[in-house]
Amino acid sequence: MLSVKNLQVNYGRIAALKDVSFEVPAGKIIALIGSNGAGKTTTLRAISGLEKPSGGTISFKGKDLAGVQSHELVKLGISHVPEGRKIFPTLTVRENLELAGWTVKDAKEVKRRIEEVFTFFPRVAERVGQLGGTLSGGEQQMLAVGRAMVTGGELLLLDEPSMGLAPVLVDEIFDKIVALNKLGTTILLVEQNAAEALDIADFAYVLEVGYTTISGSAKDVADNPKVREAYLGV
Amino acid sequence: MGSIFNLQQVVNGLQLGSIYALIALGYTMVYGIVRLINFAHGDFYMIGAYTAYGAFFLFNAVLGGSGLPMAAVALVLAMLASGLVALLTNRLAYRPLRYKPKLSSLITAIGVSMLIEYLFSALPFIGPSFRAFPEILPSVPIKLGQNATISTHALIDIGVAAVLMIGLTILVRHTTLGKAMRAVSQDKDAAKLMGIDVEKVIAWTFMIGGAFAGAAGLLAGMTYPRIFPFMGILPGLKAFIAAVLGGIGNIPGAVLGAYIMGVAETFATAYNSLLGEGIAFAILIVVLLVRPRGILGEKHADKI
Ligand SMILES: Nc1ncnc2c1ncn2[C@@H]1O[C@H](COP(=O)(O)OP(=O)(O)OP(=O)(O)O)[C@@H](O)[C@H]1O
Ligand SMILES: [Mg+2]
Repeated sequence: MLSVKNLQVNYGRIAALKDVSFEVPAGKIIALIGSNGAGKTTTLRAISGLEKPSGGTISFKGKDLAGVQSHELVKLGISHVPEGRKIFPTLTVRENLELAGWTVKDAKEVKRRIEEVFTFFPRVAERVGQLGGTLSGGEQQMLAVGRAMVTGGELLLLDEPSMGLAPVLVDEIFDKIVALNKLGTTILLVEQNAAEALDIADFAYVLEVGYTTISGSAKDVADNPKVREAYLGV
Repeated sequence: MGSIFNLQQVVNGLQLGSIYALIALGYTMVYGIVRLINFAHGDFYMIGAYTAYGAFFLFNAVLGGSGLPMAAVALVLAMLASGLVALLTNRLAYRPLRYKPKLSSLITAIGVSMLIEYLFSALPFIGPSFRAFPEILPSVPIKLGQNATISTHALIDIGVAAVLMIGLTILVRHTTLGKAMRAVSQDKDAAKLMGIDVEKVIAWTFMIGGAFAGAAGLLAGMTYPRIFPFMGILPGLKAFIAAVLGGIGNIPGAVLGAYIMGVAETFATAYNSLLGEGIAFAILIVVLLVRPRGILGEKHADKI
């Protein structure tokens, strides 16, 4: 579904991604793990058109994404939950969700999707009138995933959904990710929390200072001695 | 009550403040969404005045129209013209520099402003000299108690500003575009990820801000009936100071700042006309020293 080949991204003179390649087949959960500064966020931002690659190709459902603008990707079917959630702080929870329906012309359809988010995340439903900025970290993460559900992509990019959450909440969020995947959404999950990510993923890639190095089925990657040492702490 | 502090001055101050408010809103909206101080904004106000002036002569000659319908037509045309010029300015001058260092846009803004002013001065049917603005509507004084009157012009200025500001409030609070404008001003990347065409939202913001300045141009033309291509500089500067006073980027702040500015200037002028001219700058200095983020401005707002 998504294919990234030899991707390079520079920030000025700093090369953040030097050679990143991976495949995301439809219907699967793919984990991209790596430590701080490895280039995970940059990879997702490049897929979403927020950073301009200086080399390599990104294609989605056979279409080359070069030159496609970020906001157009939503219509093509890519939803992105960014690092740090990026909830609009002075918009209410409902307004945050409504805006995610920007590309959906049919107002009834937007309503239906928002209701779906509410059944999926009852805690979000309880806080519809609250300002986004006043939600707890966990609630913000749920709202961020909820917004992505309203945008309605077939491919969901998740940037460290576990960041800053208590273990119980991490489990809850990861359960929801699996549930979304069962409903048919393909998932590219970026995580530092390698253990949890490898636990739910089908395939996994390790990203090290701008290069994709180890890859394979999530189980094989989890059994890899290097991964066990560097990312799983065993 | 001394002779200076009277009801008449308050009325005049609110009238002037209404015009400042309409200009200040565009400054603050554009700043809020792209963090740019659009120095050409005062020129959109001038364009509104000239459009109304042209519209009046055209329609008056062709249709023989005048009075309220004429004023309404002139208002719509002034808003359209200024809105379109604002839109074009954004598209041609600011958009190509959007992700470049801020200083380039700032310098460009000054250049655009001068370009518009000198272009208008050079145009044969406009020219550099003062023109008398026609009396589209007669100004009839209405008694307000013992010592004060309010003119129909003042009522129109205050009324038009109020209607436009209420409209803007509804737009920003309750429409999808308004929500998108708030979202874009908070986080452009996140807005893009929602599928929002950020450039389109920015374009709308410029257009609405420009249209408001255009309306102010017409009202100012009617109220202070002398127009010239550089007429936008001072009111633009004062409206900008009003926006800073209220907290740049903050919509209610711009309105509040503008009315404070209008009333302060009127009182100061009544005392001494030089003081009236200078009070805006005195206010600016005090604000920058005492509360740089402005009355309603947010704590973390970064100023250029
Ligand atoms: N806007 C930027 N300007 C300059 N360098 C940047 C920028 N964003 C990221 N970088 C650099 O690019 C490299 C990759 O950063 P990136 O944010 O993609 O890492 P990451 O894997 O997401 O890390 P983390 O787990 O901490 O979120 C880092 O060295 C970082 O300092
Ligand atoms: Mg990151």
